[in-house]
Amino acid sequence: MQALGIDVLLKGNNFIRLIDGLCTALRISLVSVIFSIVFGIVFGIVMTYKNTVISVVSRVYLEIVRIMPQMVLLFIVFFGTTRMFGLNLDAELASIIVFTFWGTAEMGDLVRGAVSNIPKHQYESSYALGLNKAQTYFYIVIPQTLRRLIPLSINLVTRMIKTTSLVMMIGVVEALKVTQQIIEANRMTAPNAAFGLYLTVFILYFLACWPISLLASYLEKKWSA
Amino acid sequence: MLRRLERSDRLNWSVIEKYLPLYEKATVLTLKIGWLGVLFSVAIGLAVSLIVHYRIPVLRQTAKIYIEIFRNTPLLIQLFFIYFGLPKIGVSFSPEFCGVLGLGLLGGSYMAETFRSGIEAVDKIQYETALSLGMSKAQVMFHIVLPQAITYSTPAFVANIIFLLKETSVFSAISLMDLMFTAKDLIGLYYKTAECLVMLVVFYLLILLPVSVIGSVVERRLSYASFGD
Amino acid sequence: MADKLLTIEHLKKSYGDNLILKDFNLTVNRGEVVVIIGPSGCGKSTLLRCINGLEEIQGGEIKLYGEKIDRNKKNIAEIRQKIGMVFQSYELFPHKTVLQNIILAPIKVQKRSKSDVIKEAEYLLEKVGLSDKRDVYPRQLSGGQKQRVAIVRALCMHPEIMLFDEVTAALDPEMVREVLDTILELAKQGRTMIVVTHEMSFARAVSDRVLFLDKGEIIEEDIPERIFDNPKTERARRFFNTFEYDAVKNHTDTLNRKV
Repeated sequence: MQALGIDVLLKGNNFIRLIDGLCTALRISLVSVIFSIVFGIVFGIVMTYKNTVISVVSRVYLEIVRIMPQMVLLFIVFFGTTRMFGLNLDAELASIIVFTFWGTAEMGDLVRGAVSNIPKHQYESSYALGLNKAQTYFYIVIPQTLRRLIPLSINLVTRMIKTTSLVMMIGVVEALKVTQQIIEANRMTAPNAAFGLYLTVFILYFLACWPISLLASYLEKKWSA
Repeated sequence: MLRRLERSDRLNWSVIEKYLPLYEKATVLTLKIGWLGVLFSVAIGLAVSLIVHYRIPVLRQTAKIYIEIFRNTPLLIQLFFIYFGLPKIGVSFSPEFCGVLGLGLLGGSYMAETFRSGIEAVDKIQYETALSLGMSKAQVMFHIVLPQAITYSTPAFVANIIFLLKETSVFSAISLMDLMFTAKDLIGLYYKTAECLVMLVVFYLLILLPVSVIGSVVERRLSYASFGD
Repeated sequence: MADKLLTIEHLKKSYGDNLILKDFNLTVNRGEVVVIIGPSGCGKSTLLRCINGLEEIQGGEIKLYGEKIDRNKKNIAEIRQKIGMVFQSYELFPHKTVLQNIILAPIKVQKRSKSDVIKEAEYLLEKVGLSDKRDVYPRQLSGGQKQRVAIVRALCMHPEIMLFDEVTAALDPEMVREVLDTILELAKQGRTMIVVTHEMSFARAVSDRVLFLDKGEIIEEDIPERIFDNPKTERARRFFNTFEYDAVKNHTDTLNRKV
């Protein structure tokens, strides 16, 4: 059996390029996650207000995000803007916009869930002890909310990283695209390189996500006790 | 977003009419592979969750590794590996089969976790009560544990189905002529971006909105049938 | 000659290093009502769970009509059919109605005819005053009603012996009576029962024999009149005293009298 791509991987700066591609994906997810967390917290708190307009608008927003594939959203933003309005939107920027749009909804829902999950008695017994509203939030509500929220938002990070693999479909040069290029360039000399190279990307993505998942489930277990 | 698209560039209905059959065909393919994948993932998920629940040696560790691997890698990469990588060591499948296989394996890892936590949510003393009535272990599982576990896991189960049907959008990468493929193709060929995108959205809505609506109805019904409220 | 229904010999049960029951012996005759009392953690609930084969035991033997109860043996499900158990937390199956809860095991396990079982279930429900709750889900019942259904569910299996594990401990005070009356009625019918309870006056009324258990051992065993009115051991006396709120007052009174 011919070499399955390990030699190709080690040739020249191929591996460095691959890692570079992965870093592009990670950068997109990191930026999107940061925006999502910030906007998501605001959105989540807004959703806890009992206002018909807010609740209808946020329901529609959440439902769009829930049922529209991220890929469709990517197409709308990328092709929609570039081709229709003549805006030359950078593919990476388009990805960040879409992932933030998606992440904000997810994060907002988590925040709303965590805040409204705190039983009413917790507020009442805090007031009964003589704490004022600010103290109640600071000492009672926020710490409990964070404990529920942090593991879930860490999970959002891994989902974000996994979803960034889609950006190659709108032409961002990330790990998968780089792999395709390498395979293409070595098609004659190493026709079977696809196996090893795709396996490598597979492992790289796993290595990027797995520790984060472990951290999330560790924190979840630790704080649920 | 949609409304802006429509206003800025009035839709050309003749274009839509012309491409409609292509989208219909693509939708049928997406639905077929999507739901087959969902079925496959339910089968894998059930098997894996029972293996983990009954602590069957060796299989249990294998199941854990499987769950970790597939929950922590993107479907797109899984598909590339299955479709482009595996043939190089002599294992090749049709794109359709790859789609179902990839979706099934990915979904199986999610379904397994969902079913497992559903089973765990049933109180231990419910098992004991059923045992004390003389039921066999299989009867306890079938009559007492699973019905309750299903109700506990329905919300996550519905979310998984929606997630999996959404994931079908990456199939175009392994040259399956699904909705994304059709849209991208038409945009590239004819520059009818607005029409193509609107149809893409509409057809995905047709696929997913019913699942979302039926899902929430079922959740409510099941919870009533199971717990009477 | 008394008809020995249940015999326990040299039973030993521990969780790790924690010894719950040490060399426990008990014989229950047919038609006898044995009440077990004792402080929490004395091993009374564990004993019932062992009798029903829900716990692994570390030594000794439990026999029902000479047949060994072993949770790892094939016939355990058959033996359990002869032992009715009622739990503190009712444990009705939440996804089944009252009637479905009752008829599930007789139909699926004993393969009895559905119409017969339903007839019997309806008869028993009527006797405990719950005919109108036949098709209701457990969530819609009060604690006392749930517990009466749980008793009917166990009875419908025609058990040889009934085990009651603190069946009123989770109930609101005003519901305790309806459940205890049901059990008292069963005692009158001559059923064999082991009852773990904290209700002292009920224990006195229902029992043929009372066991006082502490730290996994039988400290005292007697007919109710003697054990309640005139306990032989200091430990039992102290335990009974904790149930009387004027114990402190009485104690000071006796002190005063002595002076």
